[in-house]
Amino acid sequence: MAKLAQHADFPQYQAVTRAVLAAHRDEPGALLPILHDIQERLGAVPPEVLPMIAEDLCLSRAEVHGVVSFYHDFRASPAGRLHLKLCQAEACQSMGAKALTSELQSKLGLELGETRADGSLTLDAVYCLGNCACAPNAMLNGELHGRVDVEGLLALLEEQGARA
Amino acid sequence: MSQLNQVITVYVPRDASALSLGADAVARAIVAEAKARNLEVRLVRNGSRGLFWLEPLVEVATPAGRVAYGPVKARDVAGLFDAGFLAAGEHPKALGLTEEIAYLKRQERLTFARAGITDPLSLADYIEHDGYRGLQRALAIGAEAIIAEVLDSGLRGRGGAAFPTGIKWRTVAGCAAEQKYIVCNADEGDSGTFSDRMVMEDDPFVLIEGMTIAALAVGATEGYIYLRSEYPHAEAALTAAIATAYAEGYLGADILGSGQRFHLHLRRGAGAYVCGEETSLLESLEGRRGEVRPKPPLPAIEGLFGMPTVINNVISLASVPIILDKGGAYYKDFGMGRSLGTLPIQLTGNIARGGLIEKAFGITLRELLYDYGGGSATGRPIRAVQVGGPLGAYLPESQFDTPLDYETFAALGAVLGHGGIVVFDDTVDLAEMARYAMEFCAIESCGKCTPCRIGSTRGEELLEQIIVARSEGPQPGRIELLKSLCDTMLGGSLCALGGMTPYPVLSALNHFPEDFGVSPDTAAVR
Repeated sequence: MAKLAQHADFPQYQAVTRAVLAAHRDEPGALLPILHDIQERLGAVPPEVLPMIAEDLCLSRAEVHGVVSFYHDFRASPAGRLHLKLCQAEACQSMGAKALTSELQSKLGLELGETRADGSLTLDAVYCLGNCACAPNAMLNGELHGRVDVEGLLALLEEQGARA
Repeated sequence: MSQLNQVITVYVPRDASALSLGADAVARAIVAEAKARNLEVRLVRNGSRGLFWLEPLVEVATPAGRVAYGPVKARDVAGLFDAGFLAAGEHPKALGLTEEIAYLKRQERLTFARAGITDPLSLADYIEHDGYRGLQRALAIGAEAIIAEVLDSGLRGRGGAAFPTGIKWRTVAGCAAEQKYIVCNADEGDSGTFSDRMVMEDDPFVLIEGMTIAALAVGATEGYIYLRSEYPHAEAALTAAIATAYAEGYLGADILGSGQRFHLHLRRGAGAYVCGEETSLLESLEGRRGEVRPKPPLPAIEGLFGMPTVINNVISLASVPIILDKGGAYYKDFGMGRSLGTLPIQLTGNIARGGLIEKAFGITLRELLYDYGGGSATGRPIRAVQVGGPLGAYLPESQFDTPLDYETFAALGAVLGHGGIVVFDDTVDLAEMARYAMEFCAIESCGKCTPCRIGSTRGEELLEQIIVARSEGPQPGRIELLKSLCDTMLGGSLCALGGMTPYPVLSALNHFPEDFGVSPDTAAVR
């Protein structure tokens, strides 16, 4: 097997992956829970761990890669310390989500799907947060915010950024 | 006033919508203010009543009943204490008795009977409010009688497809297999919907009870809830409720001493809309890409891990306990035609009073939009509503008198779906919404079938061209091509994602041709 270039954090990746795989040993169809657990601990599912997962689950590397790349949630590299998701779906659009998104993008100098070089902030699209009677919506590091506007979001980012 | 030495119960919702509007800060302020004033307050974090324009909705228990204040901000709390809200004192945010608020009072809350009333994580509260009565009866009457009751209720799948739940259950019950499964589809991805989320956050035991009854009915011993990852609050509530149900003998190897077992697992999705399609969901649960499986075989016969599987939406399963408790006849007394029982309607988007409205089938859009919703949030005229999520049709004002009923909507080329209504005012550009429908399909297509995978991308491009050129006069060629493409997607897609994306596109074109730069007679299709 061709030798993969090893990331400096590879020993940690290996240890985490091994522990996660062991924890899900007796669970049928556990690939998604495994990937979620790895991402929770490493902030991403680094490509370097895919061969380990594949071998453990008796899958090909291509199959594991196929699953990782199918789902929007799984990332190859960690999101920023602040991870802001802006809802782009219809209910939020009816309350101005498009204009809000473009204004915020230009104020932050960041497009949807991008992370700042210093790793301080990631901006992502999300399609429905289930708070459609209080649109437009955003989620910051897992916390839901309803009826948001640009000023409020910028203030929130500043406040949370200072805390992070 | 004896308020000083009485413990007064105050309710501040823990529902994600309430939290998104500052409910935690309100709760903290109430505790701090009570302490500073040397008042004893018992704070209950209840679910939401679903009156979202009033959230955070604070309630106080009084001898006359619960009184409401809302929407309450943390900065309002000191003033509420000054006004004596613990004794139902007058205040600009006072709403009177909660149960008397017209929006709530005029509803028929069956599935949502407890939402907002109880502490969602308290099993004692659940049982005190008629919880687990359905399961007790199910254990007493046995599998065949459970299925007969569900068939009799007329319950149809609330996820959108409206397939009779009892028939699905009967099919699975009739299969001989070593292992059968109950799968709950909690991948509520449609924009404009949140009723599943509310069940899971505001009354999680009712879903667990419904799944347990389903398991008894078909002989399943394992269950999965497939929950979308965008719902962390629902995940926390379900995790806690499932642990409690195990600890108290409502789940596990011996349910309430009956000798019957049912194990329930919670699985998190990973941000794929298509996994709300049942076969794609099963693929995902098995650890694969969420690619749609051709049907047949039906999941009821070859479902999860190839075994007979009941796969139902959250609301369908959460409606089962009350059907078992009060009987199928009680439930089917609500509704019209072949749409029996109640539908939790979600009134969302550009609407003054958005929220959850559980009503018998048959209510009209106009009643919902104006009597309940109070018109648009922006105060501008309502131009269009999209009913049934991203795959649902756009309806113009001329169709607002349509009653909510599966068959009536089908006759219009529309769907009720999961009961979500998204409201748009007169600033909406329906050609842009049609383009977005194609874009969303392109983003979320699983890629298995060509009409969906390629069609959505071509559709998006085509609509971009139409939008760019629409001010330059008619473009019959492009419109014809769009219709033809929609026809291919409608007839040739494997599942509803590709097969129904034409609904919003064609309805936008039919009802709002001016947005596409064409005259009404050119646009008319079907």
